[in-house]
Amino acid sequence: MKLPDLAELALRNLRESLLRNSLTTIGISVGVASLVAMLSLGIGLQQLASRRLMKSGLFDTVVVTSRRDLRNFNREDERNGPAPGESRVLDEPTRQEIEHLPNVLEAYPDIRFITELRYDDKPHLTMVAALPASAKSSDAFDGVQGHFFSSENAPEVIVQKVFAEELLGKTPKAGLDETNVAELAAPLLGKELIMRYAQREPAQAVPATADSDLPVPADQSLAGAAYSVASREMKLKIVGVADLDPESMRGPTRARVFLPLRLAESLHVMQPTDLREISRAARDQPVYSSISVRVKNAAQIRAIEDAIKKMGFNAFSILDATRSLQQFFAVLDLFLGIFGSLALAVASIGIVNTLVMAILERRREIGIMKAIGASDSDIKRLFFTEAGAMGILGGIVGVALGWAIGQVINLGTNIYLKRQSLPPEHFWTVPWWLVGAAILFAFIVSLLSGLYPAGRAARLDPVQALRYE
Amino acid sequence: MGETVIRAVDGVTLEVRAGEFVALLGSSGSGKSSVLNLIAGLDRPTSGSVIVHDRNLAQLSRAELAGYRLHTVGMVFQSFNLIASMTLAENVELPMRFAEIDRGKRGSLMREALARVGLQARMNHRPSELSGGEQQRAALARALINRPQLLLADEPTGNLDSRTGTEIMNMVREFNQQLGMTVVMVTHERALAERYAQRLIFLADGMLVGDEANSAVVESTEVEAKRS
Repeated sequence: MKLPDLAELALRNLRESLLRNSLTTIGISVGVASLVAMLSLGIGLQQLASRRLMKSGLFDTVVVTSRRDLRNFNREDERNGPAPGESRVLDEPTRQEIEHLPNVLEAYPDIRFITELRYDDKPHLTMVAALPASAKSSDAFDGVQGHFFSSENAPEVIVQKVFAEELLGKTPKAGLDETNVAELAAPLLGKELIMRYAQREPAQAVPATADSDLPVPADQSLAGAAYSVASREMKLKIVGVADLDPESMRGPTRARVFLPLRLAESLHVMQPTDLREISRAARDQPVYSSISVRVKNAAQIRAIEDAIKKMGFNAFSILDATRSLQQFFAVLDLFLGIFGSLALAVASIGIVNTLVMAILERRREIGIMKAIGASDSDIKRLFFTEAGAMGILGGIVGVALGWAIGQVINLGTNIYLKRQSLPPEHFWTVPWWLVGAAILFAFIVSLLSGLYPAGRAARLDPVQALRYE
Repeated sequence: MGETVIRAVDGVTLEVRAGEFVALLGSSGSGKSSVLNLIAGLDRPTSGSVIVHDRNLAQLSRAELAGYRLHTVGMVFQSFNLIASMTLAENVELPMRFAEIDRGKRGSLMREALARVGLQARMNHRPSELSGGEQQRAALARALINRPQLLLADEPTGNLDSRTGTEIMNMVREFNQQLGMTVVMVTHERALAERYAQRLIFLADGMLVGDEANSAVVESTEVEAKRS
């Protein structure tokens, strides 16, 4: 029998026992709806997490460290490329070389140091980092209270809200991340902070190793490497309080206070690399601990990371961090999918039951069909088509139902968030592939459920079936 | 305790010529319906053979038997066996769906078959809306639709009054004479058999107990043939 005939006969058979078949189809719909609801929640949460990362402004950034820095982000990289001791240092010529790579917008040194900041005569120890002018356009500063630095050399700072809380002596409430930034910013904007820092100065400015017991090394290559460290103070004006954490990917090395890049460079603040590299090469020029590379768009991250690795450096991007996040969501989706499928498994038993009942009811009809020439495979395919039709119909209704459940929960959650003065979020996402996959899954499950009834119907003895009243 | 084996048909040797109208007679349980089911390919003999058009049905696969029933055999039953949920048109069209005949051709073939049995006007009715005679005529139209060479009728008038029964039997005879179809009819009514069948075969307890030519019908058929 041809497919259009099979479909026509199957649909008319389904219409004949409308109530029973509708109930079975509703069972499948509920199963598919639960599957779609579970998976779309997983996908929605994944997308929410990705959006948060995107907003951090670091999705288009590669952080480059020297292979000499053994505290690098990815220990695996140590196995490839030159040994740390033989690899290049990150200095100004290297920065320029990286900046000239295709699709690179800018490469700026990563200046960060732990230092003491005094506010209202109270000392606060924190990580300070320099920001280039381009950071102004980063999404991370969308919610900034106050303004960005007035110039690249201005003695100004932007503080992260966690540090703002610390300055004001507020302890963040546990479990509630969304503190009102405007409230924090009001008493702080325009106020002064005094930063104490260690400045690296050329050796001539300080009496040479007079009180040292060690002789000056005879190696001439180290001659220019001598420098001294002096403690300095600087007054800085708070111009902004940032809402989001623009450095969330950096973990324990994230900064809470930001300075303009040119100002930070001019301060010649002592960096950990200065100590490490003094034993290797004599340099007037500073050596950077890391360089941040901004690329034109996130799609080129991987290629640029590879190009930098070929130059003999370590490269790390948020993409590497999201890989484990993606892994986590894959597992989460799997579990949600398994729980969602349970209802569909129950529904599939309903299909078996409905079709077995249909065989009993239509025993004589099957006998007649066989007597007038239907083959076993015609009968089998007819029952399969009926099961498949219930699956597709249940799948379509189920996807719509799952989508509707998602919308209702989204709406409910956002009403709750609004009441808590939090911005609305989109937790529930039903992508097109999920729509297609859910209907296909329902169809396959229904066909599998139809296996036994269809086989049983096909094996029916026509003589026995015709005797049946 | 073993299963009791019942021999429905035992040692029956029977030959039916193409174009013949044969009646299988016998009381209830004599094995006449079993012989008909064997010829129809609905059942298989445990031993022996059933040869139709040089093919031994006992050796055919299930799929081949289905093909044989579809193309070679048309069947009518005592209880009509129309599918209750389908209209007459759909019932008559059903064997053409199994035979995968083009959708375009099916409509006209179905109408032609229903016209032949005088039911064109009732094609959109369901069997329950028709009289017994009309249902049996529809069953005849369905049996004819794939142009089989063999018409097997199992007590075709068993559920009909005598006037309607005669009407049906006249149609069966017409198919036999005009279309050259071989007819094997099972009946327990000897009078009916003598009126229409050219040959009467008697069965009792699964065995063949008599095989006689019905000279009255044979002669009238020959006269009819000469006239036409």
